[in-house]
Amino acid sequence: MPAATIDALDVDTPAKGAIVHRPGLLARRHSILPGFSLALGYSVVYLALIVLIPLSAVFLKSASVGWDGFWHTVVHPRVLASFRLSFGASLIAAAINAAFGLLFAWVLVRYRFLGRGLVDALVDLPFALPTAVAGIALATLYAKNGWIGSLLEPLGWEIAYTPTGVFVALVFIGLPFVVRTVQPVLEDIEAEVEEAAACLGATRWQTFRRVILPYLTPALLTGFALAFARAVGEYGSVIFIAGNMPFVSEIAPLMIITKLEQYDYAGATAIAVVMLVLSFVLLLIINGLQAWTQRGQRGR
Amino acid sequence: MAGIVSRKGLSSTPAQTRPSATDEPVLVRALLIGLVLAFFGLFLLMPLAVVFAEAFKKGWEAYASGILSPDALSAIRLTLLVAAIAVPLNLVFGVAAAWAIAKFDFRGKNILITLIDLPFSVSPVVSGLIYVLLFGAQGWFGPQLEAWDVGILYAVPGLVLATVFVTFPFVARELIPLMQAQGSDEEEAAVVLGASGWTTFRRVTLPNIKWGLLYGVILCNARAMGEFGAVSVVSGHIRGKTNTMPLQVEILYNEYNFAAAFAVASLLALLALVTLGVKTFVERRSV
Repeated sequence: MPAATIDALDVDTPAKGAIVHRPGLLARRHSILPGFSLALGYSVVYLALIVLIPLSAVFLKSASVGWDGFWHTVVHPRVLASFRLSFGASLIAAAINAAFGLLFAWVLVRYRFLGRGLVDALVDLPFALPTAVAGIALATLYAKNGWIGSLLEPLGWEIAYTPTGVFVALVFIGLPFVVRTVQPVLEDIEAEVEEAAACLGATRWQTFRRVILPYLTPALLTGFALAFARAVGEYGSVIFIAGNMPFVSEIAPLMIITKLEQYDYAGATAIAVVMLVLSFVLLLIINGLQAWTQRGQRGR
Repeated sequence: MAGIVSRKGLSSTPAQTRPSATDEPVLVRALLIGLVLAFFGLFLLMPLAVVFAEAFKKGWEAYASGILSPDALSAIRLTLLVAAIAVPLNLVFGVAAAWAIAKFDFRGKNILITLIDLPFSVSPVVSGLIYVLLFGAQGWFGPQLEAWDVGILYAVPGLVLATVFVTFPFVARELIPLMQAQGSDEEEAAVVLGASGWTTFRRVTLPNIKWGLLYGVILCNARAMGEFGAVSVVSGHIRGKTNTMPLQVEILYNEYNFAAAFAVASLLALLALVTLGVKTFVERRSV
């Protein structure tokens, strides 16, 4: 396994031989290695201080406002419009990412061509490039006088400062998630399986659709969910190209900022709670999908 | 594995005379590669190229003056400072968490792994908001902090906290699978031979994980220096004081000072390229 697969991949590959013992209640497997209490204690305290306690502040704050205040904020037409745009554009962008991510993974794993190394290295650019930089770059490219925008303008197609711009930024940001989840699984497919399909008379397309694609489905869905989760919360790369018109091209994270600028902490918190709950649900789904992917791989 | 190697060998021969049952027709291959290259150029290369093109549009002098302006310099200093605090904090946490998770068995391990990942799935804006709710004037600790005259929000500590939050999982995320795959046989042997815990870690574990650790730190650093959403919420945008480089880029861009905005942005883009270079290097090393 390449040590450097980015981000949320490979969640719980069990340690070699570690599942032989079932640990008892709160006990750990007997080990002669030192430092367990210190390492675990430090990790848990640090996790609580940096992540858990601050996150719980959002829920407590929102509880102190009460259900009415929460509901009033969330169903406000301008907020609803921002949710619609954020979820809608993220879904479409994640779907495009799934399609092109699969294509990228396929071409990178199966074919050798000029520039393959460059493509493989730069696929992770959206991870590495600060979002504000991506944001102003995309806005400049797709503006009416930009490299791409000036080509599309005669066709009557405006991208910058419209909801389409939001979509373009989200496609940019989500691509590596799918490529990097599908790529290792595709590398693991044994050639024998495809050869068997070919021997049995399947065409190349049939082999892909009936043999390879089902095998890739868990990884593909994981990548889709990761890209979607990232897209829904994305802020920096979107706000420059979105134009941020109320009811038209405002994304949900921007609504939080807007509420904060009006010192409406309760309102900002209410939107944050909706987004956090969605993140938690997505995280659970992604964990389930990853377990599924690994079961599939181990079953071979 | 052998099958994949031989397939790769086959398709790398430029003039392929023997069509294989598990290869696609040349035309299909060319079409797929063409599609990938087109998408790659449009969505990845062009945004990168436009950063440098815009940065140097008005020449070297405009570029230099964009980077060397007092506000930009103080933004660079602040970004380096924040990363210099946040990255070591998460480095220590990452090593500790990976040690506990990879080398020992305990209940709730999977929950712990999931919780470590949590900051990845939280929107950057929400990551900033939680610290406003804690330390803002109306927050839990706000009034107390005000009484003591301690500034966290709209000051360096707030920027550090938000950055630590968003970069929290990076090092742990790299180390956990790596150390799990390596098991703990070597460490156990060292301890049996009488090495102390620290010596075992330094002489046995560290050499094994150094490339993964380096990559985790590099990723963590790239995100720490480039973070925008979370930092933007807690910074207060005080020029020359609480503006990091990405925030400086935003301000310059919104003032239509494009040359300067892209000049600062080009430094961040260079950082991204260096990060990807290290990543490629580490991957080659570990194969």
